Amino acid sequence: MRGLLIVSAPAQEPGAGALSPSGFDPDHAWRLHPQVAVRPEPFGALLYHFGTRKLSFLKNRTILAVVQSLSDHPDVRAACRAAGVEDARQGPYLHALGLLAGSNMLVPVEPKEAA
Amino acid sequence: MTSVVPRLVEQFEHGLDAPICLTWELTYACNLACVHCLSSSGKRDPRELSTQDCKDIIDELERMQVFYVNIGGGEPTVRPDFWELVDYATAHHVGVKFSTNGVRITPEVATRLAASDYVDVQISMDGATAEVNDAVRGAGSYAMAIRALENLAAAGFSDAKISVVVTRHNVDQLDEFASLASRYGAMLRITRLRPSGRGADVWDELHPTADQQVQLYQWLVAKGERVLTGDSFFHLSGLGEPGALAGLNMCGAGRVVCLIDPVGDVYACPFAIHDRFLAGNVLSGGGFDNVWKNAPLFRELREPQSAGACGSCGHYDSCRGGCMAAKFFTGLPIDGPDPECVQGYGAPALAQERNKPRPAGDHSHGRRSGPVPLKLSMHPPVAPQRLCNESPV
Repeated sequence: MRGLLIVSAPAQEPGAGALSPSGFDPDHAWRLHPQVAVRPEPFGALLYHFGTRKLSFLKNRTILAVVQSLSDHPDVRAACRAAGVEDARQGPYLHALGLLAGSNMLVPVEPKEAA
Repeated sequence: MTSVVPRLVEQFEHGLDAPICLTWELTYACNLACVHCLSSSGKRDPRELSTQDCKDIIDELERMQVFYVNIGGGEPTVRPDFWELVDYATAHHVGVKFSTNGVRITPEVATRLAASDYVDVQISMDGATAEVNDAVRGAGSYAMAIRALENLAAAGFSDAKISVVVTRHNVDQLDEFASLASRYGAMLRITRLRPSGRGADVWDELHPTADQQVQLYQWLVAKGERVLTGDSFFHLSGLGEPGALAGLNMCGAGRVVCLIDPVGDVYACPFAIHDRFLAGNVLSGGGFDNVWKNAPLFRELREPQSAGACGSCGHYDSCRGGCMAAKFFTGLPIDGPDPECVQGYGAPALAQERNKPRPAGDHSHGRRSGPVPLKLSMHPPVAPQRLCNESPV
């Protein structure tokens, strides 16, 4: 179940931990960075970050649904569940989302924002 | 990983509803006359798209969600409406990366660029020293590029790109280019020399030797992590493990990329300005969206391609036969080995009699002296070449 995502280039800051995104907490609320554009495609989607100019590929429609609905949910696991990914199957999705967070495609929602 | 990546590449080979990015040569006018210019630039084409034409194209790119355009030329900044078009594109969610020789990157312009998140600048430089650079790009061009980099750095513009076409004479300077980039807070971008435009005339002497190709590959694997390549060295991928080179490592022509030229002609890729790869025109062809989706040429390119003579090679899955434009403009069959094939199949092909096609248009500053050849139809018309019409045996 590897490979839900291709990140076109390494994360901007060395040491941001692309492989073990320690700062990514799936029990927290996350959302797309405001400078990220999403273009759905038959295979999934293209993501482009206008700030870092990085392109990433989401490789199926489920991960796309998760990414697009992140801001509607109190935490990442809930967004996965809503897209039909049960907790036991969330590993690869959380991994992919962690990589996106590591390359600044996703940002944590500040507590007051989460309301 | 390797079991998953090819599936996405196959998706891309069937084409997308819109390009991921596209190259847009805004003008053929240029203050320089680089010997390897892909678009044979120099003089402005009087049929150049108007400001309004360009804005209409940007509107269409926005609708198609093309994330960014690579603007080039010619020297795009010499168009009087250049900054107006850049502002219009970024205001319409089309990011801009533009390539320049630096001629207009004054301190004032650099300050303005530094204020935008949506504009990226590539300064072209083909030697890490004035001697090597100016031999290809012309006297004074190295100093001009350095001045632009200084101005950008002083204005706080981070991650400008130093854009280098790798040649026989600068392949030994890759480390120096990397130091130059870090000196100016820039990134290094290196791309492949193509025999396109005026490059057709100098490719034989300038393209890296077989040993240098290996050297380049090893440098990319060892030190290429922060180096951009525009995915241009996929012909080298047979030299090592799949995935050792960053990028998709596929030919995106007409599938995920294309070129719009200064008069609105749409070509399969920036290295293929020739009637053979002309898909249509944005003004007469029902708009860019229609050309992209429906041009017969693009539909053909999105069909499965014949491996031809390369079908029996164990490295075909890595290099996919290499670069279509490099083959075409060196007079090699499209479904045969790349002229710089790392398995050595290109060299004997190049040694045979070849009929090199001429580029579509020459916009060079008046250079050809001597008798003007009459345009009598002396050559028997060449049968229309199709990508897959040659027997693979």
